[in-house]
Amino acid sequence: MRHHIILLSLLVVLLSATTWVTSLGKVGIYTTFSYGDLLYSAWAHFRMVFVAVIIASAIGVPLGILVTRPGLEKLALPVIGGASVGQSIPSLAVIAIMAPMLGFGLQSAIVALAIYGILPIVRNAYASIKAIDPAIIEAARGMGLTRMQIARKIEVPLARPVIMAGIRISTVITVGTAELAVLVGGTGLGKITLTGVFAREALIILQGAAPTAAMAITLGFLLERVEQWMTPRGMKMANHVS
Amino acid sequence: MIRLDKVTKVYPDGTEAVREVSFSVEKGELCVLLGPSGCGKTTTMKMINCLIPVTSGTIFIDGVDNTSMNENALRRNIGYAIQDVGLFPHMTVGENIATVPVLKGWPKAKQIQRARELLGLLRMDPYEFMDKYPRELSGGQRQRVGVARALGADPPVLLMDEPFGAIDPITRVDLQNELLKVQQEIRKTIIFVTHDIYEAIKMGDKIALMNEGRLVQYAPPADLLFRPKDEFVASFVGTDRALKGLQLIRTQEVMRRDAPTVNLDETVAIAKERMKQERTNWLAVIDAEERFAGWIGSADLEKGDKVKGVMTTSVVTASRNAVLSEALSLMLTSGLNVLAIVDSSNRLEGVVTFESIQASLKEAVYVEPSP
Repeated sequence: MRHHIILLSLLVVLLSATTWVTSLGKVGIYTTFSYGDLLYSAWAHFRMVFVAVIIASAIGVPLGILVTRPGLEKLALPVIGGASVGQSIPSLAVIAIMAPMLGFGLQSAIVALAIYGILPIVRNAYASIKAIDPAIIEAARGMGLTRMQIARKIEVPLARPVIMAGIRISTVITVGTAELAVLVGGTGLGKITLTGVFAREALIILQGAAPTAAMAITLGFLLERVEQWMTPRGMKMANHVS
Repeated sequence: MIRLDKVTKVYPDGTEAVREVSFSVEKGELCVLLGPSGCGKTTTMKMINCLIPVTSGTIFIDGVDNTSMNENALRRNIGYAIQDVGLFPHMTVGENIATVPVLKGWPKAKQIQRARELLGLLRMDPYEFMDKYPRELSGGQRQRVGVARALGADPPVLLMDEPFGAIDPITRVDLQNELLKVQQEIRKTIIFVTHDIYEAIKMGDKIALMNEGRLVQYAPPADLLFRPKDEFVASFVGTDRALKGLQLIRTQEVMRRDAPTVNLDETVAIAKERMKQERTNWLAVIDAEERFAGWIGSADLEKGDKVKGVMTTSVVTASRNAVLSEALSLMLTSGLNVLAIVDSSNRLEGVVTFESIQASLKEAVYVEPSP
């Protein structure tokens, strides 16, 4: 509950800051961006993040699960290790590498975001399956559930919330990383922030950064709800107890 | 029902986990696989439902080679309960128990009815527990649900891998008694793995003692205790085998049914007369409904004229199903050398004395050696 109040107040502060700067009309010699510009950029930003996270999930979830399967376990170390190392590379570097490889433009921005966003998704998908108590799987096998039945009836429901958490973390990170997309020809709120940076005008930076932060908080909150909704009832109680 | 014929398991790395093990378990028998850790008992059990493939040898279930059957169909007809239970945390108790019935496509109503029935059998209130989740249960309750789930589709065979290994000693005794009681009713063929000799003696109709992958002795508990085949068995059984043997015998087998009694409301003179007749120095005191009330000894006779006034009231009793070790323990702590055996409404069924316990053990130790 407290957690909700903090998030909500933060959101109010960020949105008020945005509104305030926008209503100023002029900062020093620069004109502030209009509400129309803001909405357009925010929407573009969201779309870019959305597409990138969808791509990252479509690749990351199956990949993370696949390396837990017998026979493919050997690939777990390179994949998960690679993901961890990959995440330690600064996002700016990932985006910078993409541009010369794929050319400037929205696609290259989205690919860079997807690659960077895939890492927490793979890791969580892998951990979600590995975290299942082996006794549960042994009991299921011993009772005669087929491999498919174990996956569908046991592993997926138990892994779902953890997988979803990976997608949430990835989304929140990608909203931030997407600020840099404009450097390689993408769009989004980064355009406003960077304009402020080049103009050396803190308030214009704020005009781009504040709504970005607000978007990250909002999406994080919404996806957390989805995560809770996906958590089977019997598992939710564990969270309340412990 | 289950027959192992020279079953051997060698792992790819060359470890020989089980070597040429042969034995058979009759229908309705509870066979304990006993041995120190790493002796191959769990491996042997898991080969029965093909969780571990055999390297050589054959396992017959009802005369059919188990590798010739569809693996999953086979497992659905063999109940499976393990030490860590492995209840599905996202399913209710009812759904957990109905796992195999669902796989077998039973109609919904029958699934629910069966789950309720099994909870009742294991002394859990179906109305309270059907819709609970595993996390809301205590360790002992989870274990019960695990057993209920293994019995879900009424399989003729049950495999249990240290099913009570991870719970506290008091609950464990409860569950052991419960399983024995349930087994009286359902008469399944059970393979029960444990490393605990007390548990083995208590639970097993027969015990297969294993060591280093080999079957050392396969015999009823009394034979294992009193006629060990070799040094290993003797040392595994321990030097206190007579005390362990007390676990094998139930009070109903040694109790004296025509125990001398006197009614609460009678006079001391009558009690004295009866002691003389019976040539004993104690009588069990019962009330008008034959319920056990206490004892009267020859020393008490001088203290008054009514039995009620001079008797020693006692609530220390045991049931006819209690084993002698429990009975003996009660006698030692109560300081009396007789113990009243009563039924569920406290009516006196008989008495157990030190002499009768001693005599029964002598009998067990000096059984005629089998040819």
